[in-house]
Amino acid sequence: MKYGFEDIVIVGMAETDLGVVPDRGPIELGAQAVSLAVNDAGLKLADVDGLITCNSLVHPVMYHAEATAEYLGIAPRHCMAVGTGGGTTFTAIRYAAAAIQTGMAHTVVVSMADSMRSFMTRERAMVVQASSGHPAYEQPYGPTVPAYYALIAQAHMAQYGTTEEQFAEAMVSSRAWAALNPTAQYRERVTVDDVMNSKPIADPLKMLDCSIVSDGGAAIVLTTRDRAADLPHKPISLLGYGEGHSYEHISQSPNLTTSAALPSGQAAYAQAGLSPKDIDIAQLYDCFSVALLIQLEDLGFCDKGEGGRFLQSGATQPGGAMPLNTHGGMLSHCHPGNPGAIFGLTEAIRQFRGEAGERQQVDPQRILLHAQGGIMSSHATLIIGKEA
Amino acid sequence: MQRPLPTPSPLEQPYFDGCREGELRLQTCNHCHRAQFYPRVLCSHCGHDDLTWQPASGRGVIASFTVARRAVSQAFEAPYVIALIDLEEGVRLMSHVVDVDPEAVTVGLPVTVAFEVWSEDVTLPVFKPH
Repeated sequence: MKYGFEDIVIVGMAETDLGVVPDRGPIELGAQAVSLAVNDAGLKLADVDGLITCNSLVHPVMYHAEATAEYLGIAPRHCMAVGTGGGTTFTAIRYAAAAIQTGMAHTVVVSMADSMRSFMTRERAMVVQASSGHPAYEQPYGPTVPAYYALIAQAHMAQYGTTEEQFAEAMVSSRAWAALNPTAQYRERVTVDDVMNSKPIADPLKMLDCSIVSDGGAAIVLTTRDRAADLPHKPISLLGYGEGHSYEHISQSPNLTTSAALPSGQAAYAQAGLSPKDIDIAQLYDCFSVALLIQLEDLGFCDKGEGGRFLQSGATQPGGAMPLNTHGGMLSHCHPGNPGAIFGLTEAIRQFRGEAGERQQVDPQRILLHAQGGIMSSHATLIIGKEA
Repeated sequence: MQRPLPTPSPLEQPYFDGCREGELRLQTCNHCHRAQFYPRVLCSHCGHDDLTWQPASGRGVIASFTVARRAVSQAFEAPYVIALIDLEEGVRLMSHVVDVDPEAVTVGLPVTVAFEVWSEDVTLPVFKPH
């Protein structure tokens, strides 16, 4: 039987303990996420014939997906580990769908977990930090990851008049949502002044313009719509998907203030037959305040150059017109490194199921998810929808 | 603690040799006549592989910058200015801006190349305001 993209659905999801989880390592969290998600989907571990995992930055291993399968005592027909950056989260979901479409597997679990908070050594942190820049033409100048994003922020300020106070609104919005989420690592509300007075890191970015460091994992179960018919949860449809890749190193960026989120989003909207005004909730990649601001523009939620004013308007906060990162995002909820974007997806599924507690939106129908990796380099957009 | 050092391939070596000799060199394409940075086996503009090393003007403007308030490692002393420089030849590169009050650096500031010894073997370009 041949399946199209439209036949592939999400039928289960789960999160492990999140935040500070010192009693579980990355592979343990990843395996636990698979087990919980399969159970949520009303399936058995033996039903999983495809496994896609994200390698750990803390304890990288060869054949990470295969090691996770072995740990779980299963032998899937298809295994693949991805391990680059945040953008791969939704690429992995697309690969899972493709694997099902092409008959490589019928029930695929995408599992991502890491322990950046509790298990990262100083030496390993240096290696990971250094791996993000060009070894010959960037790293010798001592840039940090926040410094790369600060280059983008400064360019946006110069081009569009964006202010530091507007960047600060990203954390204000994030914490307003996180305050409503019991699983968020940081739940205390902050003001623009709190952000402005936090430690300077790389001008114009301060400590509270930066995402947090966490432990945790989550897994998503995908299969075909016909298989989903007798499973407990109403399936969730994949409506559209897109990618954009215009450079890897920031010094090679053709445009510091407009990213490949633009073509990525356009492709996803085109496949879904939707536009930004059709989106009920957006879950974007908030590794730094400036990244969020540029995605809001490039994905069409506000005009180009207006990201700062859009955040300032309160539109993204609880009660606003464009609910954004309703779990709190990576600025406040959970950011264990590469898996960070997957919690936008688990939250989206929770919103569709009506299980988002105080954060629950009124019957959302379509949710857009976006993730990026590198330094605004590698982008993936996924639009998902509630089944009628 | 040592700063991270490049380990040039033979193809890249003329760039680093130039830096040691106080000359900023760029690959220029003999087909489309455009310069590129960083050095490659082919022209990233047109794909031809007929490239010649030529001295650059060393003049440019700051496309963007940040003042690093927290150093990446003990090999660096904060604050330091990391910038993207747009050279007159139409290429962009990352570098430091030196001999300047970090508060006085702006996007669009004209700068000129200078060279700093990074290690016994490696000298790298940095930039100063005109």
